[in-house]
Amino acid sequence: MTTAPAPGPGDAPTAFLEVRDLRIHFPTDDGLVKSVDGLSFQLEKGRTLGIVGESGSGKSVTSLGIMGLHTVGQYGRRRARISGEIWLDGKELMSADPDEVRRLRGREMAMIFQDPLSAMHPYFTIGHQITEAYLVHHSDAGKKAARKRAVELLDRVGIPQPDRRVDDYPHQFSGGMRQRAMIAMALVNNPELLIADEPTTALDVTVQAQILDLIRDLQKEFGSAVIVITHDLGVVAELADDILVMYGGRCVERGPAEKVFSEPRHPYTWGLLGSMPRIDREQTDRLIPVKGSPPSLINIPSGCAFNPRCPYADVPAGGITRTERPELRLVTGGDGAAGGGRHWSACHMAEEERTRIWTEEIAPKL
Amino acid sequence: MFAYIVRRLFAVIVMLLVVILVTFGIFFAIPKFTGSDPALMYVGKQADPAAIEGIREKLGLGKPILEQFWNFVSGLFAGRDYVSANDSVHCPAPCFGYSFRHESPIWPELTSRLPVTLSLAGGACVLWVTGGVLTGVVSALKRGTVWDRTAMTVALSGVSLPIYFTALLSLAVFKYKLGWVGGEYTSFADDPGSWFGGLILPWVTLAFLYAAMYARLTRATMLEVLGEDYIRTARAKGLAEPVVIGKHAMRSTMTPILTVLGMDLGALVGGAILTETAFSLPGLGQAAVAAINERDLPMILGVTLITASAVVFANLVVDLLYAVIDPRVRLS
Amino acid sequence: MKGHEDHEDHAMKIPGQQAPSDGPEALLTVEGLVKHFPITKGLLRRQVGAVQAVDGLTFDVRTGETLGVVGESGCGKSTMGRLITRLLEPTGGRVAFQGKDISHLGVAGMRPLRRDIQMIFQDPYSSLNPRHTVGTIVGAPFRLQGIAPEGGVKKEVQRLLELVGLSPEHYNRYPHEFSGGQRQRIGIARALALNPKLVVADEPVSALDVSIQAQVVNLLDDLQDELGLTYVIIAHDLSVIRHVSDRIAVMYLGKLVELTDRTSLYTKPMHPYTKALLSAVPVPDPKRRAKRERILLKGDVPSPISPPSGCRFHTRCWKATDVCKTQEPPLLALEPGHQVACHHPENAPEAATAGTTGG
Repeated sequence: MTTAPAPGPGDAPTAFLEVRDLRIHFPTDDGLVKSVDGLSFQLEKGRTLGIVGESGSGKSVTSLGIMGLHTVGQYGRRRARISGEIWLDGKELMSADPDEVRRLRGREMAMIFQDPLSAMHPYFTIGHQITEAYLVHHSDAGKKAARKRAVELLDRVGIPQPDRRVDDYPHQFSGGMRQRAMIAMALVNNPELLIADEPTTALDVTVQAQILDLIRDLQKEFGSAVIVITHDLGVVAELADDILVMYGGRCVERGPAEKVFSEPRHPYTWGLLGSMPRIDREQTDRLIPVKGSPPSLINIPSGCAFNPRCPYADVPAGGITRTERPELRLVTGGDGAAGGGRHWSACHMAEEERTRIWTEEIAPKL
Repeated sequence: MFAYIVRRLFAVIVMLLVVILVTFGIFFAIPKFTGSDPALMYVGKQADPAAIEGIREKLGLGKPILEQFWNFVSGLFAGRDYVSANDSVHCPAPCFGYSFRHESPIWPELTSRLPVTLSLAGGACVLWVTGGVLTGVVSALKRGTVWDRTAMTVALSGVSLPIYFTALLSLAVFKYKLGWVGGEYTSFADDPGSWFGGLILPWVTLAFLYAAMYARLTRATMLEVLGEDYIRTARAKGLAEPVVIGKHAMRSTMTPILTVLGMDLGALVGGAILTETAFSLPGLGQAAVAAINERDLPMILGVTLITASAVVFANLVVDLLYAVIDPRVRLS
Repeated sequence: MKGHEDHEDHAMKIPGQQAPSDGPEALLTVEGLVKHFPITKGLLRRQVGAVQAVDGLTFDVRTGETLGVVGESGCGKSTMGRLITRLLEPTGGRVAFQGKDISHLGVAGMRPLRRDIQMIFQDPYSSLNPRHTVGTIVGAPFRLQGIAPEGGVKKEVQRLLELVGLSPEHYNRYPHEFSGGQRQRIGIARALALNPKLVVADEPVSALDVSIQAQVVNLLDDLQDELGLTYVIIAHDLSVIRHVSDRIAVMYLGKLVELTDRTSLYTKPMHPYTKALLSAVPVPDPKRRAKRERILLKGDVPSPISPPSGCRFHTRCWKATDVCKTQEPPLLALEPGHQVACHHPENAPEAATAGTTGG
C-alpha cells in the first residue's frame, strides 16, 4: 500500500467531497493548455483544505471546475475539455444534468472570490445581490423573507447597521466590508462546501486578519467543508487542516498542515518554504529560491513536471525524473494516527534520501 | 440625485449658449473679419445694391457685433422686427431668422419639417436598436461560430456601404420592381397606414447602417462584460443562464450603447440628409440641402441651431439615464 | 485648509526635537515632506479639499543602507517614493540629496541627478514599453543622458543583463517574451544602467510568485553588496521588509509612526499600529496558530481626505485616550535610534512614557 488508492471510475465515494483524476484542458491557438492534469483529493465536512501553488499551477481552475463553472457560459467553439469525477455528498457532478449542477451551485457549494469589488455587480445593491442568491434556491420565499435573511447574514459577518447598509451599492463599501458582504452572499443558503479563492489577497494585512478570523469562526459555526486556495503559505497555515501543494496542474504533496510544514517531502515544497521571507524570525541568510520559472502549461516537462527546476533531479538513477511521471505515494510514518490525516508526496527520490536532505540540508537553513 | 440633475441642466444651458455663440460667430462675426459681406450672402449674388443695403439695415449689420448678438439672442426668445427705411417685417418668437429669399420666417418652415425627420429617426432607431443589439448579443454568445462570422460580415458591409447606394438599391428593388411599398410621405395624423408605408423603406435603409454599428458595438461590449468577475459570481450563485445574460450582463452592456445612441439620435434630428434626399422625404435634412443650393443662409443657420440643440438635449437625456442605470453616477 | 495648518504645526515641532542628521552618512535627507493632491469640483475646478497623501515626513537615508517603508494601502508610501525621486513635486517640506536641496528642481535641474537616483516599479508588465527591445529599454538611460559608455552602449547593456542574471543574447528580444520575474530583472538592469547611488523600489516583488520573489530579493541583495547601492524599498509585505531592510519606517495615513532598526521593530515595536500590523501577518507555521496573540484592529484605514484629528490612528487604537484625539504625537526618539509618534507607546522605557503622556 504505497501508491495512492485508486478507486475505479464510478465507485461509490468514501468522503463528502471526492475529486478523482480531474483534468481540465483549454484549447488555444498555441496548443492545449493543460491547467489541471490528473488531480485527486478528498475532503470531509468540518475540515479545511488549503490548496497552495503559484500562478499557473491550476489551483483556481480546479475550484471553478468543482463549481462546474467551466461548462456554463462557455460560448463559441473553444470549450474547456474536462474529464474525471467530482463526487459531492454522494452525487457525481460531471455526469449530472447541467441544470441539476446549477441548482447545487450557490446552495450546496458556494464560492468567495479574490477581488470583491470586481466580483460584485456595480449596478445592484448589496442586498439585491444577496437576496437574489437566496431567492434562486428558495422560490417559495417572499422578497421580505429574503431581505430579512440578507440583513441577518450581513449582521453575522460583522457589517455595522446591516438594515441600513443592505441598500448600499458595492462601491459604497470599503474593501474589507465588501469581502464580508461577499462571504454573506456565499453563506446565504448554508452551503456544505465553501470554496474561497484567494479570499484575502486584495486586502490589507489588518483587514486580512479580520477576514481570516471570520472564515475560521464561520467554519466552526456552520461545519461546512472549506477549500482555501492561495499562494500565501501564511494564509494556509492559519486556516487549513490539510494542505495540497500543486505544481504544473498536479498535486505534488498532500497531507496534514503540520506535517507539510514541518516534514515536507517534496523538493518543490522545500523550494516554497525556502523562498519565503519569514516574519517570525531574524533571518540574515539569503533566501533559497527555486531556480527558473514555472512551466508552460502547453509544454509541461515530461517525467516529473518539476524536474527542470529541481536541484535533485539527477539523484534518482537512470534519468527517471525526465521520463516517468512520479505517482503520489504515502510517506512512511506519515500515516500519523494522531493527526488522522495521511501524508502523500510525488517524487522519484527514495524516501530515506528525502528525509535526509530535509533534515540535514534544508531545515537548518530555514 | 437632485444635485446631479441641477448640475446637468445648468451644463445644458451653458452648452446651448455656446452653441448659439458659435453659430452666430460663424454666420455673422467671421464674415465681418474676413471681409465678405453677410448681406450679400443673405440675398444672393444677383441682387441690386439697394436691396443689399436694405437687408444690411434690417439685419443691423452696421451695428457693433455685441449688439447684433444681443438682437439675435433676444429674437430667439422674444421675436424681433427687421426694420429698414422702406419697410419692416416681423419675425415672431422663436425667431430663428428670416429668409429674405422666401420672404418668410424660418421657424414655421422648420416646424413643418420636424415631424418628418422625427418620424424617420424615431422609427429607424427602434429598428436598429432592436436589430443591432439582438444581433450583437447572439453573436457574442456564439462567438467564433458560422452565425457570428456571417452576422459580423453583414455588419461590416452595413457599416461600409454608402447609404445612397443601399437607398437606391432598395428603392429600385422594393418600390419600382416589386412595388411592395408605396409613395409619398403622409403625416401620421392624416393616415397612419400610408405614413408607415411611406417610411418603411427609409427606416430599413437607415436602420441597416446603424444596426450594423450597434451590432458590432454590442458584441464587443458583451464579450467584455461576459469576462467580468461579477458574471462569474452570478453563475456561482446558481442563477440560470438567461438571467445571467439578460439581467446581469445586459445591464452593463447598455451603458456604452446609450452613449452612442444619444449622439446618433441628436445628430439625426438635424436630418438624415442622404436618406431624406434619396427618398424625397420633406424633412430637415432635405431643407438643409435645398438651402445650401439656394444659398439661403438663414435656413442653414436655423437647421444648424436645431441640430446642435438636439444633440445637447439628447446628451442630457443620456446623462440622466446613466444616473438611473449606474448608482456610482447617481451617488457620487 | 485644516491639513495645511497641521503641517505647519508639525514642521515647526519636528526639527526642534529631532534634528535630522545632516552628517556625512546621510545620502538623502527629508524634512517635513508634504504632498496634498487637490480635489476639484464643478466647471470652475474649484478646490474643495485635498488628499493628504503625505503629510509631514522627516527622515534620512544613510549611504549603503536599506530603508524599508511599510504601510497599508493609502498610507502614502508610494507617493513618498515618487517625491524623493522627484517624479512628483512636494507641496511642502524639503528633500535634499547629498546635501543639495532638490525639492523644487525642474526637469533640467533634475537631469544630472537622474543618474544618481533611480526607481524600480511594481508591475513589470506595464513599466516596460512592449514595442521596444530589451536592448533599447536598458540602453535608454544612456541616450537620455547623452552618455557613451566605454565599449559602446550594446556592450554595456549586455554586461548589465548578465549582472541581473539574464543572458546577453536577450538583447534583441521584446518584453512579452519574458516571464514576470525576468521582466523585473530588465527593470532592475535599466535602473542600474547609470550606476546610481540611490535606488527606490516601489513594491519590487509583490507582483511576483513566491519562488520568483525570492530570486529577485536575492538579486537586490547581491547588487547592493557588489555595487554599494543604497535602497529605499517600499512594500506592504512585512515579511519581505523584514528580510531586506536595515532600518524600517512604518507609515499610517501620510505620517511616519515609527522608525527604527529591523531588530527593534520586529522584537519590540513601540507604536500600537506597528504592533497590530505585525500581529496581523499570518505566520507560515501551523503549530503556532493556537498560541499566538493577535490584535484585531477595528474597521478600515480612514480616508486621507479627512484624516482623524490628533493622532491619526486613534480611531482604531485600543489604547487611545482623550489626548490622542486632540494632540498629534510628535515623532520622538524614545530610545537611541528608535523614533515613535505615540502618546502611549508600548515597550517603552518608563521615563520616556511618562514624559510623553505628561506633555
